This record gives sequence, structure tokens and C-alpha cells, in this order.
Amino acid sequence: MEFTFDLNTIWFILIGVLLSGYAILDGFDLGVGTLHLLIKNDNDRRVTINSIGPVWDGNEVWLVTGGGALFAAFPQVYATVFSGFYTAIILLLFSLIFRAIAIEFRSKQPMKWWRQTWDVSFSVSSILIAFLMGVALGNIITGIPLDADKEFAGSFLSLIKPYTVLVGITTVALFMMHGSIYVVMKTEGELQNKIRSWVNNTIIFFVICYVTTTMYTLIYYPHMVQHFKDTPVLFLVAVLNMLAIANIPREIFHGREFRAFLSSCASIASLLALFAIGLFPNIVLSDPNPANSLTIYNASSSQKTLGIMLTIAILGIPFVLAYTISIYWIFRGKVKLDSMSY
Amino acid sequence: MDVEILSRIQFAVTIAFHYIYPPLSIGLGVLLVLMEGIYLRTKNKMYERMTKFWVKVFALTFAMGVATGIVMEFEFGTNWATYSRYVGDVFGSALAAEGIFAFFLESGFLAILVFGWNKVSPKIHFLSTIMVSLGSMLSAVWIVVANSWQQTPAGFHIVGEGIHARAEITDFWAMIFNPSSVERLMHVLSGAWLAGAFLVISVSAFYLLKNKHIEFAKASFKIALVLAMFASLFQLFTGHASAVGISKTQPAKLAAFEAHYDSSAAGDLYLFGWVNDSKQQVSFGVKIPGMLSYLIYGDTKKPVTGLNSFKPQDRPPVNIVFQTYHLMVAIGITLIGLSLLGVFLWWKKKILSYRWLLWVFVFSVLGPQIANQVGWISAEVGRQPWIVYDLLRTSEGLSKVVEANQVVFSLIMFTIVYLLLFALFLFLLNEKIQHGPEEPEKIPSEYEHQKAVFDK
Ligand code: HDD
Ligand code: HEM
Ligand code: HEM
Repeated sequence: MEFTFDLNTIWFILIGVLLSGYAILDGFDLGVGTLHLLIKNDNDRRVTINSIGPVWDGNEVWLVTGGGALFAAFPQVYATVFSGFYTAIILLLFSLIFRAIAIEFRSKQPMKWWRQTWDVSFSVSSILIAFLMGVALGNIITGIPLDADKEFAGSFLSLIKPYTVLVGITTVALFMMHGSIYVVMKTEGELQNKIRSWVNNTIIFFVICYVTTTMYTLIYYPHMVQHFKDTPVLFLVAVLNMLAIANIPREIFHGREFRAFLSSCASIASLLALFAIGLFPNIVLSDPNPANSLTIYNASSSQKTLGIMLTIAILGIPFVLAYTISIYWIFRGKVKLDSMSY
Repeated sequence: MDVEILSRIQFAVTIAFHYIYPPLSIGLGVLLVLMEGIYLRTKNKMYERMTKFWVKVFALTFAMGVATGIVMEFEFGTNWATYSRYVGDVFGSALAAEGIFAFFLESGFLAILVFGWNKVSPKIHFLSTIMVSLGSMLSAVWIVVANSWQQTPAGFHIVGEGIHARAEITDFWAMIFNPSSVERLMHVLSGAWLAGAFLVISVSAFYLLKNKHIEFAKASFKIALVLAMFASLFQLFTGHASAVGISKTQPAKLAAFEAHYDSSAAGDLYLFGWVNDSKQQVSFGVKIPGMLSYLIYGDTKKPVTGLNSFKPQDRPPVNIVFQTYHLMVAIGITLIGLSLLGVFLWWKKKILSYRWLLWVFVFSVLGPQIANQVGWISAEVGRQPWIVYDLLRTSEGLSKVVEANQVVFSLIMFTIVYLLLFALFLFLLNEKIQHGPEEPEKIPSEYEHQKAVFDK
């Protein structure tokens, strides 16, 4: 496939950027959620929830906007994937609902059972969200059965295969690591020490999953590496990815949490870049019958719409970045609880 | 039941539930700007407490709006895949624009509004309040534009045939300013202002009746009453404009609003009634003859297109559209009366002596909520059988691969979860109201002493 830098390609990249932004930002929120039940005392739980308090909603907007952009730029993908993965998407939606509500409701009542219920709901839904997103990603790598009308031709259970489950678990592990580094950065004192001692375990867990998934992919899904064979410079992304991951324990060892966090962000971004390069120019691979795959050309909106959307994006993105950066700047530093906290 | 009816019920349930919260956020947002603005001007601490109290209520409705809104974003794809393929080129960009322009603005500044009191200067905080309010109204802009496009499509052409047909944009601004978007947006926004205003009025009236937080309640009441008076009058004006627009763009819907069957006759305006569709007449009705023709054409004799001009399969279900529409209008008129009466008695400084009226105000919060819901039902059911007016039928817009049992499962789950959420929402809202504005410095907790230790 010839590479041309046209509007379709730009939108493939932009949606990739939106979803990476989502994975990096909401990734640590979800990670905080996966660890939540391991933190035992109520006050510490409040501190960790408030570490994501002012930002989690804005982080989720990356998903909402990514979804909207997918709808606008590649409506065929939006329609095929969401109707095809119906039951999985509904479960994902319930998890998103319960997570949002748990954060908002948890600290509003003092009763122990009340807080425990919402703590469980926060944690379980965070794990499920990460897992389901991973499974979805896994299915995109393996390919799903599509018919000539671009409709999904499999069943809910056909989406659950050893490989896709593995990608799901890897995603949970990735966010766990990412989230634990974030919490170390935002807390102090005893709580910080406790979580710092977890970070290495989460890194080890992630690396095991990462290596297994990578080997599995290389052996069984070699189509994901075709572009790397054809264009060797792309291998640099893979190198970058490995360096970023290897750098995390190093920074942690030296007590530089912020740098470790940046490294973790870079590993998420480069992982998704590897995935996107492997996929390009397909968006949803059809297996069997690769001819029915949805690509950036046969699934896209008209050139006119892609152009209009690009204008909207160019106008909007500077604002989005400005808000995001100012919010993180204003809420920098360690968490302090006050009367407006969750 | 088949997939079509199940998906329709599910869409109606989820959007109606979502639509309880955004209007409250939009309306409260405007009031927060007013309250904080007064605080900055007068430096009166009471207005700061007032703003903080309503910010907490705002945060609660906002969270509910976000949690239920995400469902809507994906539901077009899950249940209405064919429709999504059909409209994606046109409609998707409005949803994406909503994310980029509105949601980021809203969620970013919301963080400062709720958590930033001690982090930024009062001026920046006030700016954030304004931005949140603006953001919430912007999200209404894009989503109502998208919905209006499917009511009155414009600025597009159709490419492809049969099941591959889809709409492609030809003129972006014609799509945005389609024939109904401006009137409908104004109508929706002022409906949202009413929802916020009457919530504040209701809570304030409750405090006045219970003799609690008197100063606070009087001041809140006054601000909200002014907004209510303005918005309720504006609602009549924009509603009328919508109806005139519909007479041109969606005549079958207008005919269903007033159960008007005979195209050769002048249109009557019913105050109420019960439609007997098989006999094509209204039972137990009270009507003003010729009034519909008068409102639309300024002439009581001029005929109005009736339902008989449409093939039976192209007509919306009449009675439900008729009932919901009349309920909305009745509530609208009542709200105008109530707010004018309130302003008058306030001006006469007599309002506190009419306890029954204060009780009416306590319950008035339901008015805009019900009117908002039934207003949407009349607009959306009145559009049937079309999902995109005159172009695509609702039955053709479904997801082809989704089966009835899947939708049964999700519908049952949504119903259970939403009922639970609604109960919790009311419970927490009630707690906040009972607790009142004088929040102590800390949130009560069994672990109070631990927190005190931590704070040092
Ligand atoms: C941008 C699009 C959009 C927006 C803003 C709304 N709707 Fe809608 N509505 C639809 C897009 C839509 C739809 C996807 O087009 C549906 C699904 C089936 C149909 O015919 O239209 C629909 C159907 C639908 C139905 C079922 C109609 C029927 O099956 O006869 C109801 C009762 C509502 N909606 C109610 C609402 C409410 C209470 C809203 C308040 C926010 C609302 N809608 C906003
Ligand atoms: C089918 C149509 C709709 C869709 C797809 C939709 C989508 C969404 C989504 C995804 C969110 C969450 C955004 C976030 O995470 O911050 C949301 C929230 C919101 N929506 Fe909707 N929405 C719909 C209807 C409406 C309507 C009709 C209005 C107003 C007239 C509206 C106004 C808002 C507002 C103001 C919010 C912010 C949350 C709040 O203030 O409560 N939405 N919506
Ligand atoms: C005062 C008398 C009122 C009149 C004459 C009126 C008229 C109308 C008309 C004609 C429509 C249909 C628009 C369409 O389908 O395109 C409509 C829809 C609607 N109305 Fe009203 N209305 C009134 C009061 C109210 C009130 C008090 C509220 C809520 C507080 C309200 C909320 C709505 C909503 C949310 C819709 C659906 C959105 C839309 O289509 O614009 N209305 N109204």
C-alpha cells in the first residue's frame, strides 16, 4: 500500500492522538481505580480519589471526543464496531456510569457500608473498563469476521479468545503501573511510601504481560509487523517504546516520580503508535475475508466532511491544550483535602 | 417485541433520563454566574455561601449528566448503526464539535469552579464559572443542531443507493442553520433556564416555609424569580416560532399536535381533549375554532394541512403527540402566570404572607422538568415514522446485527440501574437541601479524627 498523506491519513492519525490522549490521561485514573481496594484506610482512599478529583472528568472527555471524531470521520467503523460489539459496549457503558457515580457519591455519606459499596464499585468498574478496552484492541489486531455489507458476522463469545483476553490483562497491568506512579507523585508521607513499594511489583507484572503479548503477536499475528519489515526506520518506534519502559524503574529507583510518570506516558503513546502502524491503512481487519476489511478509505466520510472537521480540529485543539495544561498546572503538587473535596 | 420497538424504547428511556440533568446544569450555571457576580460586586459573604451551596448541587447534577451522556454518545452506534452510516457524514461533525468546543471547556473549568476556590484568585474563579455556564450552553447548541438536522435536513445530497445510500454534506452552514435549528435551540435553552430557576425557587420557598436560612432563601428566590420571569415569557415566544416553522417544514407533525385531519378546513386550537384516531375526531375536547389558523397565518379562515393529506403509513401516532404537546403548553402558560404572580407579590412585599403560594412554588420544580420531557416526546414522536425526516424511516435505521434478546438485556439493565441512580440522586439532593447552605468546614465522617491529623 502506497503511503499518501491525505485527509484520510490525517484523520487516522488524529483519532489515534485522541485515543492516546485518552489512554494516557484516563489511564492513570483507571489505574488509581484498580489499586483502590488495596488501600485500606478511609482517609487514604479519599486522598487517592481526590488525586484524580479535579481532572478525571476532563480526561474522559478525550474518549467522548474520540468517539465523536470516529463517528464523523469513519462512520462505517463507528457503526460496525459499536453494533457488532453490542453486549461488550453496553457492559463498558455501565462500568463508565458506575465509576463516575462512585467518585461523586462515595464521600457524601459517612456510613461505612456506603463508602465500602462505592469503593468496590469504583475499583471493579475501573478494572472492567481497562480490561474491556484491551479486549476490543485485541480483537482489532486479530481481526473479526465482517461480511460484504461491512456488518459484523460473529458473536459476543467469539470476541473472547486467549489472545484478546491477554491484551485485556496487559491493559489492566499497564494502567496499574501508570496509576501507581501517578499516586506516588501526588501523595506524601506514609501513604506515599506504601504505594512506592507497590510500584515495582506493578512494573514487573506489566513487563511479564508485555513480553508475553509481544511474543504472541509476533508468532501468531505477523501481519502486525509487515510495515516494520518494509520500512525499517519504523523500528525506532519499537526501540523508543522499550527504552521508555526500561526507564521507568530507573527513575523510580532515583526517586524522580515525575520523570517516571513521563516515561510511563511515553510508553503508552509508543505502544499505541506501534499498534496503529501495524494496522494502517486498515481500521478494522476482517478475518477471514480480508477483502471486507474497513480501511481509512472505504469507511470514511466524504473529503468535504474530513476537510471541515480538520478546520474544527485546528480551531479547537489549541484551546483544548490550553485548558488541559492550565488545569494540571493549577492543581499541581500534593493532594490536600478541604471542604469541597470528594 | 421486535428489535425496532425495543431499541426505540431504550433510546427514549436513556435520553429522557439524561435530559433530567443537563437542563438543571444549564439553568444553574446561569444562576451561578449571577450569584458569584453579585458576590464580587457587593463583597457580601452571604453570596459566597450561596454560590458554594449551589455549586455543590451543580456538581451533583453535572456528574449525573456526564454519566448518562456517555451512553447517548455510543448508543447511535450500538442500536442505530444503519442510521449512523446514513448520517455520519453530516451529523458526526456536530458531535465531534460538541466534544472539542463544549465538553473540554466545561469539564476543564468545572475543576476550578468546584475545587479551585483556594487555588485561584476570585476573578479567575468567576471567569471559570462563566466558562462552565457557556460550555454547558454550547453543548446544547451542537446537539440540538444535530437533532434539528434530522427533523429538517438541509445542506446535503444523497449518494449511493438502496442500503448503501447515505447523506453527504454539501453546505456546512446550511446544515448548521437548517430551517428549525435556531428556534429550537432558543426554546431548549430557555426550557433549561426554567429548570434551573424553578429548582432554586423551590428550595428557597421551602426554607422560607420552614423558617430556615431566611436571608439566604430570600436572596436566592429573588435572583431565580427574575430569570424565571424572563425565561417563561421567552419560552412562549420561541415555542410559537417553532410551531410556525413546523407548519412549513413538518406539516404532519403540526396536524398531529392539534389532531387536525381535514386539509380543507381551518385549524382549531384545543385546550384539551382525547383523540379518537379511528373516528378522526377529538372527544371531550374544548377548542377555540380557527385559532390554529390564526396563530400560523393571522387568518382564522385559512385551511391548515391535515393528517388526511398523508398516507396512513406516513402519519405519527396522534394521541400521544397531542397529549404531550398540550401538557407542555399548559405548563408553559402556568409557569408564566406563576412567575408574574411571584414578581408582583414580591414587589408588593407580600409574598411571605401567602403560605399556600410558597407551597405551590415548592412543587413548581416539577413543572419545567415535565414540560421538557413531554416537549421532546411531542417533537420526537411527532417526527415518526421518520428517523431522518422524509428520507429514512425509523425501521430502516436499526443495527442489522443486533438481536432482540441483546436489547432486552440492555433495556432491563438500563431501567434497573437508572431507577437506582435516580433514587440515589434524590436522596443526596435531599440531604444537601436539608443540610442547607451553612456547610461546616469538613464533610462529616466516622474518620474525622484521622482527617484532622492528616490536615496538620
Ligand atoms: C441528536 C439527536 C437527538 C436528540 C438531541 C434527542 N433525540 Fe430523541 N431520538 C433521536 C435522536 C435525538 C433518534 C436517534 O433519532 C430517535 C431514535 C428512534 C427515532 O425515531 O429517533 C429518537 C427517539 C426518541 C423517542 C422515541 C420516539 C418514538 O419511538 O416514537 C423519544 C420519546 C425521544 N427520542 C425523546 C427525546 C428526549 C426526551 C430528548 C431530550 C434530550 C431527545 N429525544 C433528544
Ligand atoms: C442524543 C443526544 C445526546 C448525546 C449523544 C449527548 C451526549 C452527551 C455526552 C457524551 C455527555 C458527557 C460529556 C462529558 O463527559 O463531559 C453529555 C453531557 C451533557 N449533555 Fe448531552 N447528549 C445528548 C442530548 C443532550 C441535550 C438535548 C442537551 C441539552 C439541550 C445536552 C446537554 C448536555 C450537557 C449540558 C452536558 C454536560 C453535563 C451536564 O451539564 O449535566 N445533551 N451529553
Ligand atoms: C408556552 C408555551 C409553549 C409552546 C407554544 C411551545 C411550543 C413548542 C413546539 C411547537 C415544539 C415542537 C418543536 C419541534 O418539534 O420542532 C416544542 C418542543 C419543545 N418544548 Fe415547548 N412550548 C411551550 C412551552 C414549553 C415549556 C414551558 C418547556 C420547558 C420548560 C418546553 C420545552 C420544550 C422542549 C424541550 C421541546 C423539544 C425540543 C424542540 O423541539 O424544540 N416548552 N415546544
